[in-house]
Amino acid sequence: MRRTRVRIAAGAVAVPLVVAACGGGGGGDASADGEITYWLWDANQLPAYEACADAFHESGTDVRVTIEQYGWEDYWDQVTTSLVGGTAPDVFTNHLSRYPQFAAEDQLLAIGEYVERDGIDTSIYHDGLAELWVGQDGQRYGLPKDWDTVAVFYNEEMLADAGLTPEDMAELDWNPDDGGSYEEVIAKLTVDENGNRGDEPDFDPDNVDVYGIGLNSAGEGFGQTEWSMYAFSNGWTHTDQNPWGSEFNYDDPAFVETIDWWRGLIEKGYMPSFEMADAGVSMMEQYGAGNYAMVTEGSWNVSAYVDLEGVDTGLAPTPVGPEGERASMFNGLADSIWAGTDEPEAAWEWVKFLASPECQDIVAEHAVVFPAIEESTERAVDAFAEKDIDIAPFTVHVDEETTYLAPVTDEWAEVSAIMGPTMDSIVSFSSDTDALTEANEQVNALFE
Amino acid sequence: MATQVVPKRAAKASGAVSGRRRRFGDLRVALVFLFPAALGFTVFYLWPTLRGFYLSLTEFSLLGDAEFVGLANFERLIGDPLFWNSLRVTVLYVVINIGVQTVVALALAVLMHRLTTSVTIRGLVLLPYLVANVVVALVWFWMLDYQLGVVNQILDWIGLGRISFFGSETWAIPTIALVNVWRHMGYTALLIFAGLQMIPKYVYEASAIDGASEWRMFWSVTLPLLRPIMALVLILSVIGSFQIFDTVAVTTSGGPVDATRVIYFYIFELAFERFDFGYAAAISVVLFLILGGVAIAQLRMLRAGESDLS
Repeated sequence: MRRTRVRIAAGAVAVPLVVAACGGGGGGDASADGEITYWLWDANQLPAYEACADAFHESGTDVRVTIEQYGWEDYWDQVTTSLVGGTAPDVFTNHLSRYPQFAAEDQLLAIGEYVERDGIDTSIYHDGLAELWVGQDGQRYGLPKDWDTVAVFYNEEMLADAGLTPEDMAELDWNPDDGGSYEEVIAKLTVDENGNRGDEPDFDPDNVDVYGIGLNSAGEGFGQTEWSMYAFSNGWTHTDQNPWGSEFNYDDPAFVETIDWWRGLIEKGYMPSFEMADAGVSMMEQYGAGNYAMVTEGSWNVSAYVDLEGVDTGLAPTPVGPEGERASMFNGLADSIWAGTDEPEAAWEWVKFLASPECQDIVAEHAVVFPAIEESTERAVDAFAEKDIDIAPFTVHVDEETTYLAPVTDEWAEVSAIMGPTMDSIVSFSSDTDALTEANEQVNALFE
Repeated sequence: MATQVVPKRAAKASGAVSGRRRRFGDLRVALVFLFPAALGFTVFYLWPTLRGFYLSLTEFSLLGDAEFVGLANFERLIGDPLFWNSLRVTVLYVVINIGVQTVVALALAVLMHRLTTSVTIRGLVLLPYLVANVVVALVWFWMLDYQLGVVNQILDWIGLGRISFFGSETWAIPTIALVNVWRHMGYTALLIFAGLQMIPKYVYEASAIDGASEWRMFWSVTLPLLRPIMALVLILSVIGSFQIFDTVAVTTSGGPVDATRVIYFYIFELAFERFDFGYAAAISVVLFLILGGVAIAQLRMLRAGESDLS
């Protein structure tokens, strides 16, 4: 659930939203008591977890939870400084790219013993999610709470104007040579200022009115919603093994040709240039303003896109690649306990509840994310359907087993520091894709 | 003037009480008054500075223990192209920012001084300075957006073509520098304006009698007599300008590529995102030395302690 450089006012002006989730109950037979603090970053999910906290308080526990929410941009700075200052939240939402560092610095409580003691069944979660939170030291640092995949979001009206149907969108294929039917659709959806479409001979790539596909960022070394679905479907993965890979593949020809194709869309006039898209208002706002006909986005943003005024958004799965399958990154969050907490038992009670069917069903009903528990996911599918959103393009990857786990490694911050500027300079055509060879050497040198 | 008053009173007092005791009496009171400031200075400036110097000699991940590594961080710094890039980018920013800001602020101040006595207009000039840095940055960020920003809509409409202000490597630093000129010029103008008030009217009257034009008066009267104030303004604004961080943090985050990775942003990234606190401290130490050198050089060159009036 990585959002690269979403710079919004709410993120910049740090106003912690404190919700004292007080409920009835009390006096139950639970062993733990105490007051604990819980942090999360997604404002869209706050109501769901407030509801969870209410249910938790009513369940007879003596533990009291206070929820605080900070925007993504501030969240990790807040977590870091509070860890250093010894005032960290007892429990906080954790991310795969961050937890290895915290675990290595002994900041996270290993919860393996608790899981075993209370007989938590980790097989109720979607395959692979629970294993992601076991560190290189064999210790468990979190229980899965949700998962996400990537799909194509399109403007339904623009699709109809281009003479295409939702059925066309469901069966697209892609390859790095000519882009397949996927690129044909992108071309058709692109309209220049004279009304010519991208596949017509008079199309002027220098004066484009509506771009077929939007650009969020260059994707750093992660590329979750930018390029990972193409690269995976071309037989590529970030690292030699996952989790805990130590050799990266950014110089692999399968990746290089994918990026060459992807940035080629800019030259063809189908995708906005990096200069236009990277700085300024977000991709979602550009899409909402009718500048982009489609975008590739993560499932966590479905509600936000559907709620855009004046645009009807449809969903389509990512295209089938040269390997004959679709692909999507599969990322999952978990709740971790701070090693310095005064109330480890109380914190564990809350983490256990967050990872339980009871809480995840509540989250499912709010139709904002997909819970990690398989059965709760089904409830979420129904809850989305009630809002007239067919989320099959996201779940298809789980059903067809075309998910690729988000890369989990040490040194992710250093990898990003190298790959961020490298990908920026490639996508802005300041350097050629040759630059990936040297960048990959630098990245691999981190693990020697 | 003030320096003349004190000895006189001290001399008078020494007639009645022993001068020595009196001086110590002053010292005690002085210490009481100095204590709060000295405490704050020690706790919030001196100690962190000393600790920063120490940490620059260590490898420190912020969460673990600091490990002494000698001068290794400084060796790394010499061979780090990103450090030199950040220095270059910062200097480019300072040159554009201070260059434009000083000229504009001086012009504004002289116009305020010579043309208007309206307090409202003087107040208006200060208005941008009253808006928080981050808010100013975000408002300009949206107004200058390539596709949706009003500035680019206008540029497109009058046929100049759109400019990727924050998104292109060429434009990003000048854009950020000019946004901050817009915010700070009023404040700088007021500082200069205060200096202009100190220039006695008779100098202007005399030069007017000699038949000097307004333009001539500016070059031969205003500017030379303004020198001590200009020195102060330049030192304050150059050091402030070197500290550019917030505008970058909320708009470009150091990008595109490394075009706006100014030195403070690089330090922040190293310390709090990459947990490389020791190395970040080493860069801070170097920056400290650079800024100290800049301040001393400016004081010397501009002879800030003297005025041509006396």
